[in-house]
Amino acid sequence: MNIFDIIGPVMVGPSSSHTAGAVRLGNVACAILGEPVAEAVIGLHGSFAQTGRGHGTDLALVAGLMGWTTDDLRIPQAFAYAQEMGLKYSFKTINAGEAAHPNFVKFHLTGRKGSESQVAGASVGGGRVVISEVDGFSLEFTGEFPTILTLHEDRPGAVAEVTGILSKRGVNIAQMRVFRRNKGGLASMVLETDQPVDDSDIAAVAGLPMIRAVRRINAIS
Amino acid sequence: MALAKLSLEEWIQAAAEQAVSFTDFCVDFQRRELDLTAEEVLARMEAMFAVMEESIAVGLKGPRSKGGLVGGDGQKLQRYLAGKQQSMLGDFIGKAVVYSMAVGEANAAMGRIVAAPTAGSSGVLPAVLFALKEEYGVNSHDLAKALVVAGAIGMVIASRASLAGAAGGCQAECGSAGAMAAGAMVALLGGTPAQVGNAVAITIKNMLGLVCDPVAGLVEVPCVKRNAGAVAQAIVAAEMALAGIESVIPVDEVIDAMESVGQSMHCSLKETAQGGLAVTPTALALTEKIFGKKL
Repeated sequence: MNIFDIIGPVMVGPSSSHTAGAVRLGNVACAILGEPVAEAVIGLHGSFAQTGRGHGTDLALVAGLMGWTTDDLRIPQAFAYAQEMGLKYSFKTINAGEAAHPNFVKFHLTGRKGSESQVAGASVGGGRVVISEVDGFSLEFTGEFPTILTLHEDRPGAVAEVTGILSKRGVNIAQMRVFRRNKGGLASMVLETDQPVDDSDIAAVAGLPMIRAVRRINAIS
Repeated sequence: MALAKLSLEEWIQAAAEQAVSFTDFCVDFQRRELDLTAEEVLARMEAMFAVMEESIAVGLKGPRSKGGLVGGDGQKLQRYLAGKQQSMLGDFIGKAVVYSMAVGEANAAMGRIVAAPTAGSSGVLPAVLFALKEEYGVNSHDLAKALVVAGAIGMVIASRASLAGAAGGCQAECGSAGAMAAGAMVALLGGTPAQVGNAVAITIKNMLGLVCDPVAGLVEVPCVKRNAGAVAQAIVAAEMALAGIESVIPVDEVIDAMESVGQSMHCSLKETAQGGLAVTPTALALTEKIFGKKL
């Protein structure tokens, strides 16, 4: 925490959790998809579903999917812009269970080039967010750091290869965690780094033998 | 996220021992924390003023909120006060209250604001700072320093209690904003470090127990008017502290009391719209009108 977490962020109202946090959830989901969003099916749970419309949560989520920041004055007109940009969006109410955070959203995104992603996460207060699911993997990261997301084979050496190549490239890992579906199957690494990660870093990781896919999420502003 | 507990009393004592103003102490402390120069920190704070000023201007145009429950009251009070020879609020408080409602209304209408410390309580700091600028002729450099003091106070509250209505009720939002504003005003008007602490303590004591019970779950009713109330509380406490009136309970203990009150508060009164004003017959009818269903 620093003083600009207290005096700030600069944001379009009315709610840091239901508006600013919603923009950021859209930002991260769009970054995970890795290309401009063509179609978004957005499932809203709990308080997001119940009071979201009055907080502009729906507008904020779509604004986030277009890559806008929390202080963008166009947020109230996000739907009109989305239509202009050819982004089709729809909302539905979902029940993610008692254990889910009240401000929980699940995106099913299709990109312009046809790639698909499912991303779920929650707005946990003060505009901060936590992503909890990507393409069926349960995981956890905040988007506050530059983040690398891998899909890799769950075999000895996969983690060492990735951390090794990042260390050679001067990227320091602030936090990392490994998640897997089942032993020896597919796994996912979440690496949060101190330095921004560029295309060549991602290409280097993607070139490793046990890596199936790599995605990069820039730190959200 | 658990934060290491900070102590306002320790900072007050350190400033007194170093024989520096609380403002200078806070600016120096924060620039070290951020690894920036003092000028860089103050420049970033001055950038916040531009947003605050814009939010006051937007709110004074009387925009209608997203949920339709608020809008135009800041403008209404401003017009009323402008037509009076004398008002009970007086020039300073009158102006501050008008501005606080304007920012609250701009926020509710999806205008751009500085969350300070939250969006729901974002009217309080701009209100007192711009009233000080216009009524006392305070320059923007000194106002930026006051914002650093306010932020430092907020950090202590965040570390010992909470700034979120969902965790601590409205005392944590408007109460904290009021406390931050009171401390900043005392520091800006030449109060001692101890007087800054007293202003913070008195404000929180007077707002202890305030629940968060938003109608229809929206940041509209009673949030906008509670920003106005917090401004008045902050000014009362600041003037008392500057007069040398002390808080019997030391400031860190007052903040800790706010945390324990927040923990004892029933969850229906912590931003869930399940209690208090939110479940009055009128509120329930409004909720159904806005959302077409019950929450």
